[in-house]
Amino acid sequence: MNAAILPSPAIGADSAAPDFLLAVEALTVSFDGFKAVNDVSFYVDPDEIRVIIGPNGAGKTTVLDLICGRTRASGGSIRYKGQELTRLSESAIVQAGVGRKFQTPSIYDDLTVFENLEISFPRGRSVLGALTFKRDAVVRDRIHEIAETIFLKDQLRERAEFLSHGQKQWLEIGMLLIQDPELLMLDEPVAGMSVAERVKTAELLNQIIKGRSVLVIEHDMKFVEDIAHRVTVLHQGKVLSEGSMERVKNDPKVIEVYLGH
Amino acid sequence: MTNPVQALTKSVTVNDNPFMKPVEWLSLLVLAALILVVLPLLLDGFRLNLVGKYLTYAFVALGLVICWGYAGILSLGQGVFFGLGGYCMAMYLKLEASSVENTKIQSTPGIPDFMDWNQLTALPWFWQPFKSLPLTLILVIAVPVLFAFVISFAMFKRRVGGTYFAIITQAIAAILTILIVGQQGYTGGINGITDLRTLHGWDIRTDAAKFVLYFINGGLLIACILAAQYVKKSKLGRILVAMRDKEDRVRFSGYSVAGFKVFAFCLAAGFAAIGGAMFTLQVGFMSPSFVGIVPSIEMVIYTAVGGRLSLFGAVWGTLLVNWAKTSFSESFPDLWLFGLGALFIAVVLAFPNGLAGLWRERIEPRLTRRVKALRAPPPAILPPHGTPPHGAPAE
Repeated sequence: MNAAILPSPAIGADSAAPDFLLAVEALTVSFDGFKAVNDVSFYVDPDEIRVIIGPNGAGKTTVLDLICGRTRASGGSIRYKGQELTRLSESAIVQAGVGRKFQTPSIYDDLTVFENLEISFPRGRSVLGALTFKRDAVVRDRIHEIAETIFLKDQLRERAEFLSHGQKQWLEIGMLLIQDPELLMLDEPVAGMSVAERVKTAELLNQIIKGRSVLVIEHDMKFVEDIAHRVTVLHQGKVLSEGSMERVKNDPKVIEVYLGH
Repeated sequence: MTNPVQALTKSVTVNDNPFMKPVEWLSLLVLAALILVVLPLLLDGFRLNLVGKYLTYAFVALGLVICWGYAGILSLGQGVFFGLGGYCMAMYLKLEASSVENTKIQSTPGIPDFMDWNQLTALPWFWQPFKSLPLTLILVIAVPVLFAFVISFAMFKRRVGGTYFAIITQAIAAILTILIVGQQGYTGGINGITDLRTLHGWDIRTDAAKFVLYFINGGLLIACILAAQYVKKSKLGRILVAMRDKEDRVRFSGYSVAGFKVFAFCLAAGFAAIGGAMFTLQVGFMSPSFVGIVPSIEMVIYTAVGGRLSLFGAVWGTLLVNWAKTSFSESFPDLWLFGLGALFIAVVLAFPNGLAGLWRERIEPRLTRRVKALRAPPPAILPPHGTPPHGAPAE
């Protein structure tokens, strides 16, 4: 686990490209004068697993919303592989390689598990492309492979509506997985799950985070300790502390506002 | 004996996303037989022409299935596209009927009569393209679709949707009606474009021509059903359903939602335009009363009654509601509108998926049970015959 804290080797040898996969700088957003996110900066390395923690209302979900383009920043910059994301549309951000899982399972109830995964397959995303999209062997094999990984291979033909809460969460993780993003953002992936589902999900996440950077929001401290390379603590829209879980845990400021309760 | 069974199981397992399921092929066959064989044999020329008129509304209903049923975009202004398609066709026919020799008593011969009455002395520029039949056939579709594109692009890029979109489409229907009525010299005003005679020299007023046009209309309708089925069956169809449900998720799966909505709306407009043009040809005139709010809402009701998620349902719904309209309004003209309103409320409250939904939920399960009961004996006999289908090597 400790080895991961060491800076990972930079992927881009190009001197112009920064070493960070994601560089968030001076990010600010205000809703009617209220600064939900205030001058937040942090950097995510390639292959790093970063967990964002913080009390309710700290602005964690808003940060993810800003990165994926759901909310527009009032100021600051978000650079992903050197590309400014604050001006791109949501779909362009996804196509650049950023995937997002929402807090409540966000899947298509009216479609089958298979179709849910198929829609997330990164091909035929234009109108014409979708019209001429062929469900060929490559697509089918990939969907079966993913379904196996997310424990849903027997539910492929079932309508997503009829899945359990945990299965819906897995399906959404699967939808992200098939998208194959380089930066994966997960908002409370184990919230509302049973203990058994939680264990299975942790195992699933450990399997899928290989070879990509992951940004996770989570409240479950044991889960955080298990997966985090580095932790960023947000409080009232600002970065309170950052570092390894060990360091953050012993930071008096953090203890005061968060862990001390 | 085993071979056909084998072939069947094979095709079923391999092709899990066929263009049409057997039931759907059957529905198409029944509908095609009704439109192209049964009705022409049963009905006299007048009634058949009436059915032909109803079927032109079915094009609109078909578009609404994709646009409203699948994509969740309720348009209360489909009459606009039906009307534009119809007007484009009527403009061509009117120009042909207004040849110099036909109009030599006018102060300006060679222009449509209503222009002459309104002191116009030359054909307006936007009438010029309608002198050519090929160009007209292109414009019949292109004008409404382009208009639909402009409206929907402007709305959906700004993420205006739902009720707001429905209200705006309704407003556009009202505006276009007022515009057509007001600009009498250019459009024929409240009377519309009337006294249409020939299509490229072919007299469309004769019974024989109406008979032929009925079949062209029926053929086009079936072609449009197949086109809509293709869209519904493609990944685009599933994206529309996904969008109706969770628009945001579709965005975060990497799709530009606006583009897909624009497509659905333009497709519906295109279908409506074909219906409008066929209406003009079969009925022999086009007027603003087919553009406005009332016809637009009636078309939504046809779709709702038939079932907004079923292409065939929409056609049946259109036929039934119109048949009811004709028979009721012949005997109780005052009550018909109340009847229509009550029908709509009943559909929304009691069977939201329309007739097609009733069929699927109530009648089809019973039929399948019957069919299964009839087919039950064969499996008991099959096994002794030899290799079970699954173990056998594929051909």
